[in-house]
Amino acid sequence: MRTLAAPLWQQPMVITLLLLSVFGVGMIYSAGVLEVPSTVTEGLWIRQAVFLGASVVGLLVVSRIPLRWFEWVAVPAYVLGVAVLAVTLVAGTGAGTAEGISSFLSIGGFRFQPAEAAKISTALALAALLARREGPPLYLRDLLTPAALVGLPLGLVLLQPDLGTALAFLGIFFAVIFWAGTPWPLILFAASPGLGLILAFSLRVWAAYIVLLAIGLYLYRFRLYLVESIAVILGNIAAGAIAQPLWNSLAEYQRNRLLVFLDPELDPRNAGWQLIQSKVAVGSGGVFGKGFTAGTQKRLAFLPEQHTDFIFSVVGEEFGFIGTSVVLVLFGYLFFRMITMAEAAKRSFAGLFIFGILGVWLTHVFINAGMTIGVVPVTGIPLPFISYGGSFLLMSWMAAAVVLALANDDS
Amino acid sequence: MTPRNPTQVRVLATRARVAVVVLVGVLVAVLFRFQVLRSSDWLLESQSNRLRPLNVPAPRGVIRDRVGRVFAENVPGYSVSVIHDQPDSMISTLHRLREHLELDDGRLEDLAIRARTGPPRPLLVTVDAPFDVVAALQERRSVFPRLLIETRPKRLYPAGRVGAHVIGYVGEINEAEVEAREAEGAEPGWIVGRSGVEARYESTLQGKPGMRYVEVDAAGRIVGSFEGVPGVTAEPGTDLQLNLDLELMEWIDRIFPEGMNGSVVALDVETGGVLALYSAPAFDPNVFAGIVDRSEWERLVQDPQSPLYHRAVMGKYPPGSPWKLATAAIALDLGVVTPSERMPVSCGGSYVFGNRAYRCWKPEGHGSLDLAGAIQHSCNVYFYQLGLEIGLARLLEVGNRMGFGEQCGIDLPTEAHGNFPEGPEFWERRFGYRAQEGEALNIAIGQGPNDQTPLKMAQFILAIARDGSAPAPTVLRSAGNGANEASWSLDIPQEHLEQVREGMRRVTRQGGTAYLSSLEHFDLLGKTGTAQSGGGRPSHAWFTAIAGLHGQAPEIVVVALVEFGESGSGVAAPLAAKTADFHLRGVHGIPRDTIQTLGEYLRAGRNTAWARQPDP
Repeated sequence: MRTLAAPLWQQPMVITLLLLSVFGVGMIYSAGVLEVPSTVTEGLWIRQAVFLGASVVGLLVVSRIPLRWFEWVAVPAYVLGVAVLAVTLVAGTGAGTAEGISSFLSIGGFRFQPAEAAKISTALALAALLARREGPPLYLRDLLTPAALVGLPLGLVLLQPDLGTALAFLGIFFAVIFWAGTPWPLILFAASPGLGLILAFSLRVWAAYIVLLAIGLYLYRFRLYLVESIAVILGNIAAGAIAQPLWNSLAEYQRNRLLVFLDPELDPRNAGWQLIQSKVAVGSGGVFGKGFTAGTQKRLAFLPEQHTDFIFSVVGEEFGFIGTSVVLVLFGYLFFRMITMAEAAKRSFAGLFIFGILGVWLTHVFINAGMTIGVVPVTGIPLPFISYGGSFLLMSWMAAAVVLALANDDS
Repeated sequence: MTPRNPTQVRVLATRARVAVVVLVGVLVAVLFRFQVLRSSDWLLESQSNRLRPLNVPAPRGVIRDRVGRVFAENVPGYSVSVIHDQPDSMISTLHRLREHLELDDGRLEDLAIRARTGPPRPLLVTVDAPFDVVAALQERRSVFPRLLIETRPKRLYPAGRVGAHVIGYVGEINEAEVEAREAEGAEPGWIVGRSGVEARYESTLQGKPGMRYVEVDAAGRIVGSFEGVPGVTAEPGTDLQLNLDLELMEWIDRIFPEGMNGSVVALDVETGGVLALYSAPAFDPNVFAGIVDRSEWERLVQDPQSPLYHRAVMGKYPPGSPWKLATAAIALDLGVVTPSERMPVSCGGSYVFGNRAYRCWKPEGHGSLDLAGAIQHSCNVYFYQLGLEIGLARLLEVGNRMGFGEQCGIDLPTEAHGNFPEGPEFWERRFGYRAQEGEALNIAIGQGPNDQTPLKMAQFILAIARDGSAPAPTVLRSAGNGANEASWSLDIPQEHLEQVREGMRRVTRQGGTAYLSSLEHFDLLGKTGTAQSGGGRPSHAWFTAIAGLHGQAPEIVVVALVEFGESGSGVAAPLAAKTADFHLRGVHGIPRDTIQTLGEYLRAGRNTAWARQPDP
């Protein structure tokens, strides 16, 4: 029994996504307007537009699928997704700007990133898992299964190695357990080993952090099993212990990316280059920007990856603060709409899934936009709906289609 | 299926919204700082990223003659530079350039060294690329992406070899000069004066280079010029107006004896300005306008005729008979004789002094002569005795006061000083014996250890033509156009000086040695000279002349010297006479003619009645 609240093309989410996508095609066109020979061909925007068309068709189909089907397909889809990710590790190839990592699978000449589909299936599976619970997770052990469910594809993606996408899986996990009603201290404790890993760069800071963590656990002692408290402490100690070997195991370029985040002038020619040039591009855009296609940083090839990971810098350079804030406000509005849709969802499965996708996009937007201005380290992660990438655009739209399908099913 | 508490859902949704607002807010706040508060800093960075300053060479000042005819000007030329890069890729570009540009091995080696060690600036390959080469290189832009082709002013000498020595030529600045002139903004590729007026007035002619911005891409390739940020316009150098008369110099070039070497100096009597400074053989300064081709340079340097040698100011020759005028001037200055006085011994073909007979050039002798007669006939015996009456020490003393051992001080970068004994001690120092009074005899007739440049002789004659004083000859026409201050002067009564001139006047009268060089419209006062060149080679031919309208003040001094010309009267006199005639006809509006001297009138069968005036 499906009754659509409103025709699809009248729904605010769809309008927002169309605005972002069309704007993205325009920016990809601009990214191809260069004064120098470049790997970016001028026709890429056409390809992106074709994929946008396909995405809209996909939206029309997928958004009509009933919720029950998704519930039913969640687990098989998850298993399939993980399997394909495993295959990708063996048979995957790099492509385009992600040349260094094996994240693409090529089937019959069509190349796609299995991780993009796995984000949807993982979100479905996690939503299905948590929707079956009687109440919100109250103990850390309640989070073990969800963590394992997300950890499996996340680990496979990390092995590619694709840090950016792995972070998106973390986004799914935390957004979904949040919406499941997990108390916030518990979420913090769950996240604490990650924090410990980062803080381990300084023994003093890390020691102080462990003390604070212990105090926190003591205050929260009535809500946790002792074993869990000990596990959190041990987890953090383990994180601190593996920090150094992990750092050493990173590739040179990965380490440099993290180092130049702290000080871009450390290596202004190589690792720091992207960040410096991106900052220059965004900053020099000013309030109104240099005008569509007129960005000099982009035009003269100072800005790397200007059509994919650093397209937000082109927005900043050519449309200025007006352009960047409009894009961010559109995303903010999209996220508000999704929260409202999750709130209104009759079934918790729908709300949880919507939050899973919200977690993915929020992670992408914050890291992508943040890295162009040095708020977060440079991570190879595209801006949804705007960055160039056919299968990424299509999968983002499919995620949106599922969100709409679940939100609009009030059976 | 978890039935959810609506309140809890609302709380969670609110928290989620707060999280979204915080995250988006952080980004917007940071963007606000970047794009609104600090935007100008970043804009500056994006400009310094893509804009590179390039120097714009300033056109050199134009050099013109006394009436504005052009000696040196600028025409657009094309320079080809290689944009700074890894030395190896720059050198490989240079090698590929050889298909289009003439680059000899030496030049290529120089450029390769500069590519390796030079500053990170465009490496200038040539400042004078032919247009078809430039077109070919432009077409092959993709093959030569890091080539910079610019227009820059190129020196052109429309008169070619006429004036080559005095105007000089230009060349590319060298590294030491770049360092020395850093304050002026000198950089490799600057064209600087290398000789003559170009070198003497280099700082005036140079001008101030401008600057413009070009847009470069991330790889440093020049994408285009950029007008958004104003550059600095180049200030052209200051134009120069010279005293020289281009037409006169062209005329001298035309009449100079074919195949002979020598020089002609013409001075304006009133100002001491240099009307003509000619040296033969000459060369074409246009070959130096760009970067000199080594082979061409070597050819000029190794030419046995030494075409680069500026004989008018650098050539030193025994002055011979014209120096008798100096002896006369010194005697009058000291008051040793009066012009009407005759010498104790009349000329019988020789003069005995000590135990030696000093000969006159005319074996049968001149008899008894006054000063003017002695000058007219160039009588050695008269001047031997005059020299003795002056005495060696005083002869040398006044000779030095007149600057025969020094430079004239002409405004050119190089000028030889005359060789003239500083005093009697010269002989002891130089030859190891005490000077005898007999040395005065040789000096008095312009022989002995005495060598003068044509310019110096001209300056001396200038004093005779004036009032006994001579300024330094000047090439540059000074702002006031006034006479220069005298660099030395003689104390000779005007009527005595006129007697010297009278002697010179008679040289071109009937019976004088240069009668055939006399002119229809003008008085020509002269003194021939046939100076022994030594080594058994033919003598040098001199003629020193003063000319002006009949019976009026002298206007021009001309000194002609033809190396190994043998005959002062036959070779040098017509050259000087025709030079003076050409100039004066121009000044006084008399139609010019190639038939000028009496000799030419006779050969052309013209009426020569004007020449048969009796002596007054």
